[in-house]
This record gives sequence, structure tokens and C-alpha cells, in this order.
Amino acid sequence: MAAGNKIDIAGLTASYGGKTALDGITLAIPRNEIFGIIGPANSGKTTLLKCINRTIEMTPGARVRGGIAIDGEDIFRRRNVHDLRRRIGMVFPLPVGLPITVFDNVAYAPRLAGIRVKAELAEIVERCLRQAALWDEVKDRLHTLGTRLSGGQQQRLTIARALSHDPEILCLDEFSIAIDPVTTMRIEDVLLELRNHMTIVLVTNLVQQARRLAGRTAFFNKGAVVQVDATDVIFSDDPGNRLTHDYVHGIFG
Amino acid sequence: MSAQAPATAPAMFAETEFTRRKLRAQRRAARVLGLMAVAILIPLVTLLAYLVVKAAPALSWSFLTDVPRAGMREGGLWPALIGTVYLVVFSLMAAAPIGVMAGIYLNEFARENWFTRAVNLAVVNLAGVPSIVHALFGVGAFVLFANLGRSVLAASLTLAIMTLPVIIAATKEALAAVPRAFREACWNLGASRWQTIRTIVLPNSISGILTGVILEVCRAAGECAPIMYTGAIFYKSIKEGSLFPYSPTEQCMALSYHLHTISTQVPGVPDSMLYGTAVVLVGFVLVFNSAAISLRVYLRTRKKW
Repeated sequence: MAAGNKIDIAGLTASYGGKTALDGITLAIPRNEIFGIIGPANSGKTTLLKCINRTIEMTPGARVRGGIAIDGEDIFRRRNVHDLRRRIGMVFPLPVGLPITVFDNVAYAPRLAGIRVKAELAEIVERCLRQAALWDEVKDRLHTLGTRLSGGQQQRLTIARALSHDPEILCLDEFSIAIDPVTTMRIEDVLLELRNHMTIVLVTNLVQQARRLAGRTAFFNKGAVVQVDATDVIFSDDPGNRLTHDYVHGIFG
Repeated sequence: MSAQAPATAPAMFAETEFTRRKLRAQRRAARVLGLMAVAILIPLVTLLAYLVVKAAPALSWSFLTDVPRAGMREGGLWPALIGTVYLVVFSLMAAAPIGVMAGIYLNEFARENWFTRAVNLAVVNLAGVPSIVHALFGVGAFVLFANLGRSVLAASLTLAIMTLPVIIAATKEALAAVPRAFREACWNLGASRWQTIRTIVLPNSISGILTGVILEVCRAAGECAPIMYTGAIFYKSIKEGSLFPYSPTEQCMALSYHLHTISTQVPGVPDSMLYGTAVVLVGFVLVFNSAAISLRVYLRTRKKW
């Protein structure tokens, strides 16, 4: 595998109680780039993200085989899974504001990392909320509960939380489904900026979003990688794969 | 359909025989269900009114704070009241920490395997064991085997064993009511299971846990069978109004057992004293229940979602 890859996935198989979700996928995700993953429902995209930060192990009945290496290190061999998760920011499609204040939501991970100084926390909170395009809306009510925000705000709060521990890898799973188009554009601009020092894995059902942002894109179907290629190729009129072509042009899916 | 719609358009929102029938059925159902809800008030109110009326001649402040006199036929029931407090407090100290911690383990940490299935099965079965059987177990385990003798400790531990399964079940239920999404969000941030429990899960389930614990304590206060053979005593002479009359290693009087003895073993106790004792016992339980309810209301106002 090339040395420039941030994540190397080799023969990864995952199943829930005997039902296969990922079927032996092999994939290389390059460093400091936005890597798009598209594919119809139930194709294993979310499961892949859960494997990357090993939260899949918290799901009863889930089994994983194969390997994932981050910076060349096999993550399944690690003893301390919490350190691994602190290197990865994760945003899942369901907006979850934790039942603590907005400030505490964003300061949660930094506090876990041992940061206690109030000024330092405030700085992190402001930076992350700005990056998630939420600061202007909540700066006057940082002490309301995260659960009291609207759905779209909670989703951006989730993004701010994922950025709060300054991760090396940012995984976004349908981050924009509850966010209005204008705000989505603002966040997309931030992502384009962040990719300079962060590897971003972008799972999306909006194929155009992958087209706008991703350098390379993988097309998943039924737990397998159908095609990985430069985004331009995937979205061209002749991506070299019938299934990919049909999906990105809306003929199936 | 807008107002400008042609008059020939079907009247979509007009009442039809079908919708009228549905509405009638709903009203009937609501009436029956409401009646049932009111029906559970009737026995409670009747019972309380009956007890209070019958007990009226005996009820006074000194009935609470005085010791029994003239072979239980006069005086008050202070030793029994404070004895029940003793039993409840000691059993609470034993059952609450064990039950809550076991509940947290079973709901948050335990994997689904034969061991947790066995523990859960034991919890369910233990909850279904009649209290007199708990009494037998208490005699065997605490009075004889642990050599505690018939004492406050033995009786409290017997009550603790009896309340444990329900406390575990209540704890598990309160924890399970916290959405899994909160836990996953914390795990994604690198929090361990315990950090997640401490920072997010427990603060949002504590009201349910405490309510379960307090309600169980009420039941323990009213039980007679488990303490009969393990620590309750017919009569003990103590100073009236004394707050610390018993040592944990000796027997004590208790309200439920007191009621049992004066109504079956002692001839010539005035009726009003019997009913008075019952009123005090019910009142004791109601006070605890209302404490539980106000605690829950207080904690729910701070609930976070």
C-alpha cells in the first residue's frame, strides 16, 4: 500500500448476527483529502465508519474480520480503543445533542482529554461552533441544553463536537440531511479548508455533494466496493462500470 | 379544497356517517378508560376514610410518641414506629447500593451470555418469591448461619433480599430509558463506558432509580412476614420518644408486626387503637411515597430532553 494513505482497509468483513453488512472490502483512503463514499441504502457505508472507530464492537452481535490500518498501525490490535476514537471525529446522520449545555457538548471531548482551563475550553468551543456554522445562532445561549436546539442545529452541534478534539480523521455520515442548503454550503467550504490538515471521509446520499467535495470517490453496493476512482471519473459519462454509471445518473438506487 | 372550488367538487371534509361512527367509538372508549382510572381511586379513598373514622378516638400526637402501656391496651406505638424506621434504614443501606450497582452492571456492561441470562432469570424469580419464603431464608442465612441471631440486622437483611430484585429491575428500566444515541455520541468522542455512564446516563436516570428504590422501601416497611421470625419482637421497653432505642444486634418492635400482635394476640385492645396503628402504618408508607413523587417531580423538571 502506498505510504501516503491515511487509512488502509484490507479484506474487511462485518456482520450483525450472521447478516453480512460488509463483504471483504479493500480500500485505501489517502491522507489529507476528502474521500467520498456513495451508494444505495444498506450498502455498508455506515458500518464501515463504525469499524474505523471501532464503535461497532459496542453493537451486540456484531462481528468483524479483516484489517484496518491507520498510519500503518492495525487498529484492531490496539488495547486502548479510547485513544483511537479521540483521533477520529465522527458525525452520524441522526442529530444528537447530548442532554448537557451547548458549551458542555462541545467541551465534552476536550475535558475527557484533560483540558480544564476555562479560557482554553471557551476558545475550542468557539472555534468548533464557528467551523460548524452554528456559532452565530447559539453564541448568546451557550448554556441552553443541547437537546433544546432544533434538529438542524443539533446536527451542526454534532459536527462541532466531532471537531472539538482536533481529530486527524473526520468521518461524516450524511451530515447535511437536516441542514438547509445555504448553511450546508458554508460547512462544505469549511471542509475544503480542513482537508489541508485532516483526512475526511464523506458518506453521502447526495451524489452531487460527493462530486463537489471529494477528490476520490468509492461506490458501494450490497456491502462491496464496486468502484473506487477519481471523482471526475466516477461522475463522467463513462466511469467504466455499468452499475456506477446507473447509480450516479439516477437510473437505479 | 379551497373556498374557490366549484360547488360540484366532492365535499372532502364534510362529516359522513363513517366519521361520526368513529368519533362515537372514540368517545365511548375514552369514557370507559376514564371510568377505570377513577375506579382505582374508590378503594383507596374508602379504605383511608374507613380507617381514619374508626381510628379517630385513638389518634393524637401522644399516640405516636408514647410507649405502649397496660399490656398494649393503652399508650402509643412509638417503639414500633421507630423500629420500622430502623428496619427500613438498615435494609435500604444494604439493598440500595447493591441493587443499583447490579442494575448498572446488567444494563450497561453485561454482554448477552448464559451468565447474564442466569442473573436476569434469578432477579425475576426472586421478585416472585412470597415474602414468607424470604423469611425462612432469612432465618436460615442470617439468624442461624451468619449467627446474627434474631436482630434488627437479620430482619433488615431479610427485607433487603426481598427488595433487591425490584430495585435492580427499576434501575435497569430507568437506565434503559436513556436513549442509546446519547451513549453512542459519547463513545464516538472517546469516552469509556464508565465516563459515559457518569456524565450522561446516570444524571438522566437518577430520578427513575430513586423512585424505584423509595417505592420498594415502602413495601418493606409494610411487610410483616419476613421480620416475624428474624427480628421483630412483641414488646420492648424503651423510653418514650427516644430516637436510638435499639442496637442493631437486638430485636426491635415494628409497626406491621405490632398491628399483627395486638389484633390477634392481645385480648381487650380497643378497636380504635388497632385502626390507629393501621393508620400510622399507611401514613408512614404514604409519606414515603409522596417523598418519592416530589423527588421525581423535582428531578424531572431538570430532565434534559
